[in-house]
Amino acid sequence: MRNIWIITKRELAAYFSTPLAYVFIVTFLAGAGAVTFFMGDFFGRRQADLQSFFSFHPWLFLVLIPAVGMRLWAEERKTGTIELLMTLPVTTGEAVVGKFLAAWMFTGFALALTFPIWISVNYLGDPDNGVIFASYVGSLLMAGALLALASCLSALTRNQVIAFVIGSAASFLFLMSGLDLVLGMFRSWAPAYVLDMVSSLSFLTHFQTIADGVLPLPAIVFFLSMMAVCLFINAQIVELKKAS
Amino acid sequence: MSDLIEVQSLSKRFGSIVAVDDVTFSVPRGVVMGFLGPNGAGKSTTMRVITGYLPPTAGTARVLGHDIQKEPVEVKKRIGFLPEGAPLYGDMTVMSLLEFIAEIRQLAGSKAKQRIMYSIERMGLQQVLYQRVETLSKGFKRRVGFAQAILHDPDVLILDEPTDGLDPNQKHHVRELIRELGKNKAIIISTHILEEVDAVCDRAVIIDRGRVVSNGTPAELHARSRMHNSVVLQVRADAAAKAVKLLRGLNNVVAVESGTPHNGRVSLSVVPRGGKFIADEVGMAIRQNSIEVDEIHTEVGKLDEVFRQLTVGHEQAVLR
Repeated sequence: MRNIWIITKRELAAYFSTPLAYVFIVTFLAGAGAVTFFMGDFFGRRQADLQSFFSFHPWLFLVLIPAVGMRLWAEERKTGTIELLMTLPVTTGEAVVGKFLAAWMFTGFALALTFPIWISVNYLGDPDNGVIFASYVGSLLMAGALLALASCLSALTRNQVIAFVIGSAASFLFLMSGLDLVLGMFRSWAPAYVLDMVSSLSFLTHFQTIADGVLPLPAIVFFLSMMAVCLFINAQIVELKKAS
Repeated sequence: MSDLIEVQSLSKRFGSIVAVDDVTFSVPRGVVMGFLGPNGAGKSTTMRVITGYLPPTAGTARVLGHDIQKEPVEVKKRIGFLPEGAPLYGDMTVMSLLEFIAEIRQLAGSKAKQRIMYSIERMGLQQVLYQRVETLSKGFKRRVGFAQAILHDPDVLILDEPTDGLDPNQKHHVRELIRELGKNKAIIISTHILEEVDAVCDRAVIIDRGRVVSNGTPAELHARSRMHNSVVLQVRADAAAKAVKLLRGLNNVVAVESGTPHNGRVSLSVVPRGGKFIADEVGMAIRQNSIEVDEIHTEVGKLDEVFRQLTVGHEQAVLR
């Protein structure tokens, strides 16, 4: 645990020592605001809730989360610092978790900075704050699962651009796997249980159930196990790729 | 327990490529071992296995009795490692990097401060402490990498090309430091600068294509040179022919090689049979025949020649 936290601290500092952190936060906040007010028609709906805010999170994350996760391992491999890191007295698992936590905390920080919209909606009306809180938790969990996926994929390459592109593509598949767009690829040949399995992996569906305001256990377990599986695979990839 | 590092029948394959092939050696406390070989011979791979970065395909290595496969973290705690090219987190300042390493090496409080100050002082990093690593020159980066490796005062130091990219003054400085630290640590340095072997190493292991081709003291290496104990003399150019004829006639001489004339002088190398000591014999002969000599000395042997002899073939293939 101690080692994980030391690595997390270093990674967090690394985020804020480059312009990436500020570019990300500004883009995220501006993007979140823009989609809420223009595409989500926040005022036109004349409802005191944040549905028009949260419903666009998956699409913002689709582009922004891989941008946060792409550097995690690709950069270590590119600069060779992975050799320094992995010869310090830490295990691969500690390094993987420590780096992931830093990225997740950073994303959480950006998410927390959207608090003015929560205040605004309370000023304007009388929203169900329980639903809003649940949606924030859901958003954070989904971001974590997407980040774990991005971290895992960034271990495959030393090129951050490639890590970003495959991260975005994979995120898209997992977000959409409950929709016909993705299911159609499987429908023609796969048996029904495979279809069920694929659609049950849909981030969008699980996020929606949380955003409805009930924090259902299956959805929480789903996102947490998604993170665990991705990070486990991440550690295996790091081990395998050290040699090349 | 005298051997701090024991490498036993270590092999490492990448797919079908054999990078390290059945390598065995050990390094006791107080010894600086030079690890030599052409590029791609397997030096870095061997070091990466010993430091626990790469798992071996076969065989194993132990550091202070801890097996690298069974107790990798215990091994890593006891090693200071300078990887090839000294990779460092470029976004950190020198100070924050050293603090990070100290923390993860479980140094805390006044002990951490003291070790950080020591490393900074030894590597002369005072004026760049609050500069980001990526803005530093190659030499400074190497010194930060070195400072990071000695921070926790490890018993074992593994340095992959520690003087690469340093200017002659810095090279001298680093070699002195290695010599000093080597008094009570076990150190492995890889290098392809042969003068470094004479300058700092107590032992030298040469590997070629993944195999150990020589393991001995620098003196033993010198003795393997054809030029070991050869006598070099400077004579007047017009007397050269006579001298060559005379020296070739000596019993223990296999060959006399003459250089190109320079300022009316020619340098002759008298190569002994089987590395025998022939200075007496040569001296006697030139005196008796009154050949004027400007200079005379005995060669200990040329390391680069031994190196080429041991690693030939591959080396040429790489260069051409």
